Amino acid sequence: MMGGDVSCRAADRRVIGRPPTRTPESSALLVEVFGLRKRYGSTVAVEDVSFSVAEGEIFGILGPNGAGKTTTVECVSGLRAPDAGMVQVLGLDPQSDRAVLREHVGVQLQEGALRPLLRVGELVDLFASFYARPANTEELLDLLGLTAKRRAFYRSLSGGQKQRLSVALALVGNPKIAILDELTTGLDPQARRDTWSLIESVRDRGVTILLVTHFMDEAERLCDRVALIDGGRVVATDTPARLAQCEGGGNHLRFQPSEPFDDGLLTRLSEVSELEHQGSRVVVSGSGDLLNAVLHALKEVHVEAHDVQLESATLEDAFVRLTRPTATTVARGDG
Amino acid sequence: MSTRTATVATQPARRALRKLIGLECKLAIRAPVALVLGVAVPVMLLAIFGESGAFEKRVATTSITYRTEFVPILIGLVLVLIALVALPIPVVNQRESAYLRRLSTTPVAPRWLLTAQLVVDLALAVAAITLIVAGDVLLFGVHAPGQWPGFILAALLATLALFTLGLLVAAIAPTAAAAGAIGTILLYPLLFFAGLWTPRATMSPLMHHISNLTPLGAAVEAMLKAMQGSFPSIGSLGVMATWALLCGLAAVKLFRWE
Repeated sequence: MMGGDVSCRAADRRVIGRPPTRTPESSALLVEVFGLRKRYGSTVAVEDVSFSVAEGEIFGILGPNGAGKTTTVECVSGLRAPDAGMVQVLGLDPQSDRAVLREHVGVQLQEGALRPLLRVGELVDLFASFYARPANTEELLDLLGLTAKRRAFYRSLSGGQKQRLSVALALVGNPKIAILDELTTGLDPQARRDTWSLIESVRDRGVTILLVTHFMDEAERLCDRVALIDGGRVVATDTPARLAQCEGGGNHLRFQPSEPFDDGLLTRLSEVSELEHQGSRVVVSGSGDLLNAVLHALKEVHVEAHDVQLESATLEDAFVRLTRPTATTVARGDG
Repeated sequence: MSTRTATVATQPARRALRKLIGLECKLAIRAPVALVLGVAVPVMLLAIFGESGAFEKRVATTSITYRTEFVPILIGLVLVLIALVALPIPVVNQRESAYLRRLSTTPVAPRWLLTAQLVVDLALAVAAITLIVAGDVLLFGVHAPGQWPGFILAALLATLALFTLGLLVAAIAPTAAAAGAIGTILLYPLLFFAGLWTPRATMSPLMHHISNLTPLGAAVEAMLKAMQGSFPSIGSLGVMATWALLCGLAAVKLFRWE
């Protein structure tokens, strides 16, 4: 995922609404959001959010708690009317064309319970009856590993099973787009992994997915592209790999030098952006072929590097940098 | 496009409503609040009152036996328990747990679920009222209502007044616990003015007047009159219709789906 061919040209990642690199240019944009704004009373939930989702993508809305993620997707699913801006789903307006869109957009809400005394099979059949062209419920239960639980009451299900049922109900209408909010919150690690493979197989069936999450590993693993939202604004939109590389402060190289050396030896290298001493160890941050450039420079002055550790920047680094107001300017200034 | 949209909207709605009603029937058995409170309890009371010889006595100076007077009062009890306890609590529960909100993201609006629940609760109320009237007439020798159309009209208006009041409770209660509390608070004065503890004929003039203005007081008055063979007074029918109209309008205005 974190390939070496990642380029950090600013033009690539600042453009909003660019289709992902893996999809042909001609592919349709199923969701377009431009200048979305929503306030509740005096609190601004969403200040200015723009992004677009291409057909077949898994698009992540990533951000800290209270960033405006849920409000954003609620405007996309038609549950809330935006105060300003444009939202188009399948070329339609989620408010005025809500009746048509409900057929084609499957929604999984962040919170909410189903009826405790209904059985899994009854709930799936019930929701299937709401749609003109529902999915095969047997197949769907099978896909979600719920066949054995068909006759179980909703209240007897575990957290993971409830979550899978919730995904099943979002998919039972054969939607073109599925909106999944905080899909794996509260699940144990195994259940999370199972849910991730499930989402991938759902995408492989041709469903475009809009995923809300605050988990970095989830976004890194699943999403083709993510929009990072903070304080009601999009701070970056890109593939997780490029965000990590370009906004995460690059790679970090840690080593123990055999003898002291002049910092300038490394900081003047184009690959190096930062150098820090941690006790007797040195941490060099940068991008490109950091490892070879540093080792080569050291060798020229006959310094040996021991205990060398190379760490790639993660989406989490990017997240932390971009969602802290002060760090954001530093990161931008460096880039 | 418009024709396709229309079929998309109506066809599943009918199928979904059938399914919703079917599941509500199953739920009425799995969580038998309405069944026990609204049907079993009044039928049990009917059996107790029916067997008791004391109920042959006449109420105050009237020619009506306690047994006859208790037919409309038991009907009032059925309506109060179903409309104010069994009906609002699940509705508020579903709003609290965001189930209504979940439904609003599907092509079937949450009002269809409410419709299905009302249909099942109404069916239970009709069944209980039928059991009470039939039981009293067939087993305990109460005279069948002399004015059937008037009796049915009175029972219908009483049902409407109580069910709209129940919907109003569901509309204003923020939580299921609050709905239960409001229902219980309303239950006692309603049943008091229906004459459950003090027959209406023995109430003071002021209490009797107040009773005439309450939905159940008017209901008992109207049904008793129909049982004795005359058409209920416009006044008592009008009181019930007014309650139904006011509560219905307020419920529609105040109801929140989320």
